Amino acid sequence: MQPVTTVHYLALSVALLLIGTVGVLTRRNIVIILMSIELILNAVNINLIAFSHQLQNVNGQIFAIFVITDAVAEAAVGLGILIALFRNKETVLADEVNLLKW
Amino acid sequence: MDVILFLAFATIAVVCGVNVVLQTHPISSAVSLIGVMGSLAVLYLLLGAEFIAAAQVIVYAGAIMVLFLFVIMLLNAGEETRRGRSRLVQFLGLPLLVTLLGLFSYLVLRLFPNASHVRFGAFQGGTPAKFGRVLFTEFLLPFEVTSVLILIAILGAIVLARKEIE
Repeated sequence: MQPVTTVHYLALSVALLLIGTVGVLTRRNIVIILMSIELILNAVNINLIAFSHQLQNVNGQIFAIFVITDAVAEAAVGLGILIALFRNKETVLADEVNLLKW
Repeated sequence: MDVILFLAFATIAVVCGVNVVLQTHPISSAVSLIGVMGSLAVLYLLLGAEFIAAAQVIVYAGAIMVLFLFVIMLLNAGEETRRGRSRLVQFLGLPLLVTLLGLFSYLVLRLFPNASHVRFGAFQGGTPAKFGRVLFTEFLLPFEVTSVLILIAILGAIVLARKEIE
C-alpha cells in the first residue's frame, strides 16, 4: 500500500475547497453559505498544517490557530448581520435580499 | 495503519462536506459540518498537530457549531426550495467539478515530487508546550493584535444583533 504523503493532504484540501465554493455559489440560505465558508477556511488549515509537517516547523500551526480565530470572528459577525437582516426583511434567503440591487 | 486512518477519515470529511451542501434543512447541514470538523481533527493529530486538533474540536465542533445551531433555531429557518437550474449546469456541473479536482491533484503531484511521508509521531513540534513557547515569544505581537480583533468582533456582533431602542 502506498504511504500517505503531503500530496494526499493537499488533494483533500482541494476537495474541501471545491465543495465549499460550490456551496457558496449554489445555496440560497445564508446560514449554509456561512457554513460553506467555514469549509473553505478548514481547507486552508489543512494546507498550513500539512506544510508544517513537511517542513518540520511549528510556524504553520501558529498560522492555523490565527485562521481559526478569524473564522470565529467571521461567524459571529456574519450571524449577527443575519439576525439584523431577518428582523428587517423576514427572510434568510440570499436572493430575496435585493436592497442594494439596482 | 496511517494509510487506513487517513483514508477512512478523509472519506468521512469529504462525504460530510458534500452532505453540508446537498442537505436542504440547515440543521442537517450543521450536523454534517460537525462530522467534517471531527474527522479533520483526527487528520491533524496524524500530522502531529495535537494542540490544533484539540482546538478544532473545542472551538469549531463545539463553539462555532453551537452558535450556528442557536441562530438556526432562533430564525426558525425551514427547508429551502430549490430553484430550477439551467440544463448546462445540470449535466456539465458535476463532471467539470471532478475534472477540476483531478487537474489540481495531478498538478500538485507533478509540481511537488519530494513530499515527505506522513507517519504518526514523525513530527513532535505540535505539543501544547512547544506550540505555546513559539506563540508567546516569536508570535506575541500577532497574538495580542488578534485579541483586539476578537474584541471588535464581539462589539460588532452585539451592535448588529441588539434591538433598536426608540
